[in-house]
Amino acid sequence: MNWGGWSEFWAMGGYGFYVWGSYGVTFACLALEILFLLKRSHEAKT
Amino acid sequence: MSATIKWFWFASPQTFLPLAGTIARWCAAGAALLAAAGLYIGFFVAPTDAQQGEAYRIIFIHVPAAWMSMFLYVVMAFWAAIGLAFNTRLSGMMASALAPTGALFTFIALWTGALWGRPTWGAYWVWDARLTSELILLFLYLGFMALQAAIDDARRADRAGALLAIVGVVNVPIIYYSVQWWNTLHQGASVSLTRAPSMASTMLAGMVLMALAFWLYGIAAALARVRCIILERE
Repeated sequence: MNWGGWSEFWAMGGYGFYVWGSYGVTFACLALEILFLLKRSHEAKT
Repeated sequence: MSATIKWFWFASPQTFLPLAGTIARWCAAGAALLAAAGLYIGFFVAPTDAQQGEAYRIIFIHVPAAWMSMFLYVVMAFWAAIGLAFNTRLSGMMASALAPTGALFTFIALWTGALWGRPTWGAYWVWDARLTSELILLFLYLGFMALQAAIDDARRADRAGALLAIVGVVNVPIIYYSVQWWNTLHQGASVSLTRAPSMASTMLAGMVLMALAFWLYGIAAALARVRCIILERE
């Protein structure tokens, strides 16, 4: 285990902005793609 | 019915439609499971890097996304070439379905690379051969999508896009070998087929799990999109 607690985990050793900026945007992009695909598939079927 | 006939049977968009849905669902479930395992190992098992501290944890999405950005382009060009050669409808649809997901992974590779470059190199962006060729890859994906969107007739759009995709595939080995051919700020490969990886085994495990998750995600997204394209066109 690497972290003493949640605050240490979110701080990422001072690199929190870079690490969470990477992960946040990545998962937002994937979530958006999934959302667009569900919407498009719904529209294609009707 | 022999195996050969079955493959041609699935080359028809209408018969492929339900199969694509089934594969997409299984791949999506697998991607979620592998991503959960990969993220757990990446954040809770893999140790802090001696040189880069915690900033290196970007690797678990950066490298898999960069691999997928190149791999999906090759697959897209492959289907585009098959479509040109055999004039099969489904091949062109597959190429179109892969482009947005490939562009997305290219963007993610560039974005996470910028956020990794700032703490380690001191710059979000440099005009390094690896970074520049990856940016060209993004423009190739966007160009392919824009070209297809600009042509009303779907079959003509497929053929025009296919030419662009096939010409652009030359960029993929340039990206891959850029760190060897030029003196780049971007580091060389830590993982290659010819020698042992130069990283801790838990770091490698996390990266491989995330790569597999992105790979399954890519299959699921492309198949879900090809289903939409089939339904819209036919």
